Amino acid sequence: MADSGAHRHHTLTVLVENKAGVLARVAGLFARRGFNITSLAVAPTDDERFSRITIVVDVESAPLEQITKQLFKLINVVKITELDPSDSVERELMLATVRADPRARSEIIELVQVFEGKIVDVGYDSLMISVSGPPSKLDDVEDLMRGYGIVELQRTGRVALPKLERQAPRLRSVSGFRTGTGGSGPS
Amino acid sequence: MTGAQALIKSLEMAGVEVMFGLPGGAILPVYDPIIDSPIRHILVRHEQGAGHMAEGYAQATGRPGVAMVTSGPAATNIVTPLCNAYMDSTPIVVITGQVPFTAIGTDAFQECDTTGITMPVTKHNWLITDAQDIPRIVKEAFHVATTGRPGPVLVDVPKDISNSQMEWYWPDDVDLPGYKPTIKGHPRMITEAARLIGEAHRPVIYAGGGILKARAAEALRELVDMIGVPVVTTLMARGAFPDDHELCLGMPGMHGNYTAVTSMQKADLLIALGSRFDDRVTGKVSTFAPDAKVIHVDVDPAELGKVRRPDVPIVGDCRQVIEELVKAVRALGGSDAQPDRSPWISQIREWQAQHPLRYEQTFEADGPLKPQFVLETLRDNTPEDTIVVAGVGQHQMWASQYWRFRHPYTWVNSGGLGTMGFAVPAAIGAKVGRPDRTVWAVDGDGCFQMTAQELVTASSERIPVKVAILNNSYLGMVRQWQELFYEERYSEVYLSPDLPDYVKWAEAMGCVGLRVEAPEEVEPAIDKANNIDDRPVVIDFRVDSFEKVYPMVPAGGSNDDIILDPAHGEGGH
Repeated sequence: MADSGAHRHHTLTVLVENKAGVLARVAGLFARRGFNITSLAVAPTDDERFSRITIVVDVESAPLEQITKQLFKLINVVKITELDPSDSVERELMLATVRADPRARSEIIELVQVFEGKIVDVGYDSLMISVSGPPSKLDDVEDLMRGYGIVELQRTGRVALPKLERQAPRLRSVSGFRTGTGGSGPS
Repeated sequence: MTGAQALIKSLEMAGVEVMFGLPGGAILPVYDPIIDSPIRHILVRHEQGAGHMAEGYAQATGRPGVAMVTSGPAATNIVTPLCNAYMDSTPIVVITGQVPFTAIGTDAFQECDTTGITMPVTKHNWLITDAQDIPRIVKEAFHVATTGRPGPVLVDVPKDISNSQMEWYWPDDVDLPGYKPTIKGHPRMITEAARLIGEAHRPVIYAGGGILKARAAEALRELVDMIGVPVVTTLMARGAFPDDHELCLGMPGMHGNYTAVTSMQKADLLIALGSRFDDRVTGKVSTFAPDAKVIHVDVDPAELGKVRRPDVPIVGDCRQVIEELVKAVRALGGSDAQPDRSPWISQIREWQAQHPLRYEQTFEADGPLKPQFVLETLRDNTPEDTIVVAGVGQHQMWASQYWRFRHPYTWVNSGGLGTMGFAVPAAIGAKVGRPDRTVWAVDGDGCFQMTAQELVTASSERIPVKVAILNNSYLGMVRQWQELFYEERYSEVYLSPDLPDYVKWAEAMGCVGLRVEAPEEVEPAIDKANNIDDRPVVIDFRVDSFEKVYPMVPAGGSNDDIILDPAHGEGGH
């Protein structure tokens, strides 16, 4: 889960037609090329004809270019965007059941509050917590909870959207911000 | 109208004139309206045959081939042709029956997950869930199969969908938001390509099967005549540029000729047109054409940079890009602005003179009949627009090496997948598509035994194909590798020259069967076969078991280490 450093995480958001079997086509393509999917999230978009698949893979960039091109050849794939973590907003949700005997309970509640999480269920000697946020924050919560004893844990996999531009288009063209202007070759 | 009637009517609307197939339980409803349809249906003896016939038809005509089979085992039997068509970018449309939609997932009789199984070997596939979708999906299927990089598609039709009612319509257009192939090349890249060509002193055009798919042979000819650059034609592109043109160097690759292989190695510019840097062409990639800059034109963006990073990548249809490239070269001064390449051309002439393809046929009694001699005699005694269809193995390589292709679409073979048994059914498909042409299948004895039963189809449907079996009584290519790389330890490669008796077998299938054992019998037998036009002919040529295909670049080896025939005492490293 955690960033290893040797490889780089790449986040692909893939807009697909909302049809039966599309996820199998996408996942099958990754499997055939021997790529392990780190996380995967699928959900409908505001347009009911399309769904968005957010895939996190852990590969070097050269094979990623090939898989992106192969992915784009799938008839049901409409658009693929690779999101740079520094240039996008990423969010993930985690649910975890944590062992919480009466002495530990208030500590856990306090920690969860620090991370702006919620206690969503309370059991005899355990708590269920819910935390959302950037994946790295969830990693931190996971590490902290491990000390108390994690009974069950489920993360959704990340979803992401590109960050919004902060400069007006006119200013952007004046300052030459980004390389999107002018004719760039076929990518 | 029922779904089944709509399916057949949709095929008619899509321009289908002929289809290859074999009925069964789940596809039964669709076979009923065939009786009233103008579409010619050819009843095959095995579903694999239907698929390869559709491929042969498509390769010979450029139009999509159509095959229809039932569910379960029929669907799995046609997986090989689908994969073959996928590897060779051949447009075929396969219709499969499926158990009733309500029974899917219950392990019903003859149920299999056809769309799941064929997903990796089709460009796209569809499971129809509503009879009302049939015309739309058929229209989409033909569109996807034939546009962009062509390929196989499959439509799976559950039996209850075929039987249910729908309201007929025929869509004007397809709506596939995720499918918009790039056809027009990027103008700046094309200009850049023209500039690189104008600077190259040792350029080679590396023409692939994409030339034929894009119907770009004429455009290629125009480009070559303008820039005067030699052309190699890959196994999939034989015929895309005429072998009798002085700048045609023939086939490169593992069994390519010395000049084609070496000119690419020494080139300073490779102009790859619709080719995909296949391992059988490049040999060891890290040592392939080390000094060459690369212009790579392909309609499939995923091919650019897959194996070799191009200096000038151009996504687009080969014909359109080549036509634009001709204009761009002309704008930079045309033929007059090309550098003097006479040293390069004379170097090539020198290689051609030093290392031609060679073999020796003796005419002494009991001397072995050489397969190359058979092919040369066949070549010289058939019309020049004969369609040659090969299986996979030594005979395929010899056919590609020794035939002189003068026209596009006269060579049909299984390149990427290397499917033994391809020749007989593909030849039948080619002959159905081009009944005006002479069609010769060149086959091996191993290949022939895999799909020969389709000659029954050919006899009963009066499809007069001709089959030349180069019978060396071995799985010859495997035998060659065992001889060269496994210390002559021959493991499971011997087949026997006369078991089966090919002449009797041919006769049993309604064909004329002939046997040839000596060189002087070759031409008379071919003449006799050429004069038979009312049924298929099979000639059992008993050829030398020990003949090997040369030159050869061992698998994984560098193209610099090409091995010439050691029997001729030269060049072997």
